[in-house]
Amino acid sequence: MKPTRYGIDDSPVFVIDQSRCIGCEACVQACQECGTHRGQSLVHLERIDRAASTQTAPMVCMHCEDPTCAQVCPADAIKQTEGGIVQSALKPRCIGCSNCVLACPFGVPKYMAEFDQMMKCDMCTDRTAEGYAPMCASVCPSEALWYGTVEEFHQTRSGALVDNWLFGRQHVRTKVFSVVDDLAGGPLDALTGSTGSWLDDPFGLDDADDGGSNDGSNDDSEDGTP
Amino acid sequence: MARLPTDEAELIARFGPHLNQAPPGGWDAQLEVDRVVETHCCFCGQQCGIKLKVHGNEVVGFEPWYEFPFNEGKLCPKGVKRYLQGSHPDRLLHPLVRDPAAPGGFRAVTWDTALDRVVGEIRRIQEAHGDDAFAMLSGVSLTNEKSYLIGKFARLALHTANLDYNGRYCMVSAGAGNKKALGADRAPNPWSDIPLADVVWVAGSNVAETFPITTSYIWRARDRGARLIVQDPRVVPLARTADLFLPVRPGSDSALFGAVLHELIRHDWLDHDFIDTHTVDFDQAAAAVADMTPRWAAGITGVPARRIEQTAEWWGTSATGMMLHARGIEQQSKGVDNVVAAINLGLATGKFGKPGCGVSTITGQGNGQGGREHGHKCDQLPGNRDITIPEHRAHVAAVWGCDESEIPGKGLPAQAIIEAIHDGRIKGLLSICFNPAVSAPDSNFTAEALGQLEFYAVIDFFLSESGQYADVVLPGSLHEEDEGTSTSGEGRIIKINPAVDPPAAARRDWEILLEMARRLGKGRYFDYGSTEEIFEELRLASAGGTADYRGATWARIEAEHGLFWPIPEEGHPGTPRLYEGGRFAHPDGKARFHAVPFRESAEVVDDEYPIWLTTGRVVSQYLSGTQTRRIGSLVAQYPEPLCEMHPRLAADLGVADGDLVTVTSRRGEMTLPAQVVTTIRPDTVFIPYHWPGDRAANLLTNRAVDPISNMPEFKVAAVRVRRAAGHRESVDARDLDLQDGPESHGDHGAHEDRS
Repeated sequence: MKPTRYGIDDSPVFVIDQSRCIGCEACVQACQECGTHRGQSLVHLERIDRAASTQTAPMVCMHCEDPTCAQVCPADAIKQTEGGIVQSALKPRCIGCSNCVLACPFGVPKYMAEFDQMMKCDMCTDRTAEGYAPMCASVCPSEALWYGTVEEFHQTRSGALVDNWLFGRQHVRTKVFSVVDDLAGGPLDALTGSTGSWLDDPFGLDDADDGGSNDGSNDDSEDGTP
Repeated sequence: MARLPTDEAELIARFGPHLNQAPPGGWDAQLEVDRVVETHCCFCGQQCGIKLKVHGNEVVGFEPWYEFPFNEGKLCPKGVKRYLQGSHPDRLLHPLVRDPAAPGGFRAVTWDTALDRVVGEIRRIQEAHGDDAFAMLSGVSLTNEKSYLIGKFARLALHTANLDYNGRYCMVSAGAGNKKALGADRAPNPWSDIPLADVVWVAGSNVAETFPITTSYIWRARDRGARLIVQDPRVVPLARTADLFLPVRPGSDSALFGAVLHELIRHDWLDHDFIDTHTVDFDQAAAAVADMTPRWAAGITGVPARRIEQTAEWWGTSATGMMLHARGIEQQSKGVDNVVAAINLGLATGKFGKPGCGVSTITGQGNGQGGREHGHKCDQLPGNRDITIPEHRAHVAAVWGCDESEIPGKGLPAQAIIEAIHDGRIKGLLSICFNPAVSAPDSNFTAEALGQLEFYAVIDFFLSESGQYADVVLPGSLHEEDEGTSTSGEGRIIKINPAVDPPAAARRDWEILLEMARRLGKGRYFDYGSTEEIFEELRLASAGGTADYRGATWARIEAEHGLFWPIPEEGHPGTPRLYEGGRFAHPDGKARFHAVPFRESAEVVDDEYPIWLTTGRVVSQYLSGTQTRRIGSLVAQYPEPLCEMHPRLAADLGVADGDLVTVTSRRGEMTLPAQVVTTIRPDTVFIPYHWPGDRAANLLTNRAVDPISNMPEFKVAAVRVRRAAGHRESVDARDLDLQDGPESHGDHGAHEDRS
């Protein structure tokens, strides 16, 4: 069982594994309940291409080491905490220009017209400061959003953690990790082209010759495997 | 006469569904939290632990309950927003009687007036037409204590045989199949077995949308290297990453299971020791699949033969394996066939009674498990006893302190009760937490039936679409307003704790039943001061039955985060995994194989109705939507039913994404937007069923039932689809401002005629 609360020395991390997302929106619903931005959901959940797939992708702020949003802010309104959490724009400073919205390589900040302010995921500082997981990672039923130590991750989960990114010539290092699957378990994305799997033709529509390995007859062939 | 007292618009204006958008006082209220109550979600059979935050007599928010071992704080969107069902403008606060002259068609009255009327009508109808002409329909959102109480109330106070429950539309095929094959009606496994499985086969369960928490268990198995097989007519979200997908045609599951057994036998991927020692009738099952080759099954199911062979190899050669099945294979006129055919595969490979092994149903309704054990099924007495067996009746009569002859015999199952109402054999009905107007098949027929009733009384917390037909409405209690236990899908008895008191004149359900029993002259059987006293009696009544709760106490249930039955005596540790060591629950300790020859569904496609229809759920709505259609942010997530269809079918029909289509079956028709997606079989359309009236998928479904379980065939019907005038862009809820009132969502539904 995972610990319910982390100490300061545990250094828990936030991990996103997009491949595990089931699109249920528990994160979106729970984000609204966060004490620091009640009623506003700041987590992103995108349907990639519903016509072709049920793939969805959740996105929280990646909390860059050197955040692009802060770099491009003309009002110097975006601050980082000592712990590296990139915060929503300071209300008195934010001029609502949306530079940050356009510049963020991960598409995270939201300009909220209602408040004339950029708001974004703050990693539930009210919760994490007390050792609790952020709301979204607390509730995520598939653990696509996950909070724990790196050691726990490697002990219990497959896939490699990534926190280094190249966007063209811009190198970005993030506090939040993504997971790259080792792909041994099977195909993950219908859009990446042929993987030689059922995903190429889920309903067997193009399967002209599918009598099975032995034409389904009851011979004594040992070679029943496809 | 129970027709609608006024028009639908007026009913909705007064009773909703209106949308609760924010906690009491609004998002910025900063209400102090007086207490935090550890309890459980009110929705599905996963029964996730949750903490409710309470201010005064209102639930104002939630907090994850990390310490509860089943879900460790995880919740689906319904669980996150469940607290918004409280402090709701639609909440029923006073007893109501039907009054077409009153606004909304109902007038508030005192409890005395309402109960006098109910008891008077019960007496009148039973004197004129016999005791069984008054029926009761119940629901398994109710606790074990209330389920037990209702079983006793209907038999001793109403003295009717005709009591049944809405699990008839959910779990009964699994229950009947498990009883036939294994001897007991319970999922054989605790969910902690799932991560230990080397192959996980999900058959007819859209786990990601209907039991989201279970996906984390499946991923834990996959993190260990387990293979995942998903069997479904749609590439449901869990299937997207599966190692193997079996795109089964609706209604053909037993052919697929038969072909897998055929392959297991052909390759001798069998556990002969297990079969010889712990089972009977293997030869009959084997004979029935002798001709069920993968090629034959491919022709019936549409699943490529190679994938059937692959499934058999993975299932047959893995040391451990779990099959999880749900309504997809169960809500059919051969649901029990499908379940026993699935169990055959577990028995043939020795996958029972060991870590990481089992064929387990995923119970759908909140207390679907416990609620089907303690006597509000038409053929059942507490402890999963049989109402037709004299010794069982005698045991329960002794606990109840009544003469055995006072307990009526076997009554009609739910669908047959509705049919009997329709043809006038049943004249009166009392229902609690059951909304057949939405959840029963063939909605037009159900509406006709409800309109036939001479008298209809409803106990509920919102006025459901069925309640609109009532003569008397009694305001009962929400989940968080009462105390008791429920039993989750893994057979874990858990404690439901009260967070608040019923508001205004609303009462706890059990208090209403006690008062009715007293007025019916049977108060002597219902002398309880608390729900714990009801549980203490339930323990005795269940003792010695298969669902034996004798050793369970509220204190232990709470202290140990739940107990798994059977718990035959105090101090017993409970039984997380059934059938350890291959000892099954039949008297001889052996499991039964069943011969399952393939038969078609009650209705198959033809020239007139050439397309298969299957129905199901979406993640943001729960069952008939009585609760979830009243929570704004859940409604915004998926505001209205859509008809999923493959681009090939859409092209044949000349339909583009968002076009309105009219779907017609032999029972009715509905018009709704098409959602054109490559994730569904081209010969099948899917419509979710959570909505009433002209948006009800059950307008189309078939009343045909399974001959053993009496489960209607929600999952298979034949329809035709044609393009209708109009187009509606599907709305991405996340683009909407969730703070807006209900009107904002209605606007998006405006028809825009493209022609």
